[in-house]
Amino acid sequence: MASYYESKDLAKFPDVGKNRKPLWDKFIAWYVEATATEGALTKREKSLVGLAVAHAIQCPYCIDAYTQQCLESGANLDQMTEAMHVTAAVRGGASLAHGVQCRNIVERLSM
Amino acid sequence: MEFEAALQEHGLDLRPLGIDTLQVNLGKLCNQACKHCHVDAGPKRTETMSRALIGRCLDILSSYPQIANLDITGGAPELNDNFEYFVGEAKKLGKRVMVRHNLTVTLDPHPASGRSMHHLPRFFSEHQCEVISSLPYFLEHETDGQRGGGVFAKSIESMRRLNALGYGREETGLSLHLVYNPVGAYLPPSQQASERQFKEELEKRHGLYFNSLYVMTNMPINRFRHFLERAELYDDYMDRLVRAFNPGAAGGVMCRSLISVGYDGTLYDCDFNQMLEWRVNHSTPASIWDFDFDRLIRREIVFGPHCFGCAAGSGSSCGGAVVK
Repeated sequence: MASYYESKDLAKFPDVGKNRKPLWDKFIAWYVEATATEGALTKREKSLVGLAVAHAIQCPYCIDAYTQQCLESGANLDQMTEAMHVTAAVRGGASLAHGVQCRNIVERLSM
Repeated sequence: MEFEAALQEHGLDLRPLGIDTLQVNLGKLCNQACKHCHVDAGPKRTETMSRALIGRCLDILSSYPQIANLDITGGAPELNDNFEYFVGEAKKLGKRVMVRHNLTVTLDPHPASGRSMHHLPRFFSEHQCEVISSLPYFLEHETDGQRGGGVFAKSIESMRRLNALGYGREETGLSLHLVYNPVGAYLPPSQQASERQFKEELEKRHGLYFNSLYVMTNMPINRFRHFLERAELYDDYMDRLVRAFNPGAAGGVMCRSLISVGYDGTLYDCDFNQMLEWRVNHSTPASIWDFDFDRLIRREIVFGPHCFGCAAGSGSSCGGAVVK
């Protein structure tokens, strides 16, 4: 296999619904409602959250889809870049926060 | 998929509903050369509508009271030497006159004669023209990327001059509408949400006002098509348009209620067919000299792949989204 990730494969995502369709139908209804409609968050805000999560889980399909969705909901590259920094900062912060564990251990072991 | 097949699949029969708008292209001369321009307009183009043809357009407007709207486009239509005569005479006929005004033409000298165009905002307000202006984004980087360096700053200054005359304020009756189109190979956002965003940002950043935002889809023809082909995005973009086909939007496409007139007097179903040189079809006389209202409203509209652009998502027309 040349690559596990081919951009054209994203269009095949609905094929997952060919089996156990009721599960797919429930998923897609929830997915569209959660990510692509105006609610307490605007569609643009949801798109930026989606882009941030896509970077956190490092899913190429999701990055492709949410970059496009951000553009199509009126977000600009400054806003998208800030969303990526939020991802990176939270991920980095999560690593650093575990420094507390390290410090606790050092404290316990030290005379 | 063919556009006609998509219509058939959804049981749609898109025949003309009437002719309420004459959209007249005064020529391809423009002070700008935008990357997405479907007209291929620019400072070196020489095609321009003659005084005689403008007179013929006025005869048509005078003869048919049901054609209530004159939509003047180009290029930059103000650069046609007979533009002001045309507007003045159309207003005397009581028509609603819309001008597709690119904002910067007020500040740039005429590309051919060098004469100043600074008087345009005053001219528009004196003639109660409805001004419809492209501003692809409320930030400089995105706007200049599509329309050329310095365009954003000039557009802001030009909007300021229009606002100073009362344009963009409901109470004055002087309408200034902005046109958004994506700065790349993607569909436009929701018109309602974008209008809110543009209004907030332009007021906050520049103290500027406008009435409505029209959101339009980039049509895969001419310069924008060349961009798509160079970037190997044409098939993906067309696929995106086809997948976003909205029967509700298709029913409201602008070609059902307007006739587009080329700079040489040829008649088309819309400005995009005009740029492809697809004249009105099925033996309907295709020259303004032979304008036949009854046959035109019985014509069959000529469709092509670009029509998916008008029917995608919330739809796209010269008045923005079709489905509000």
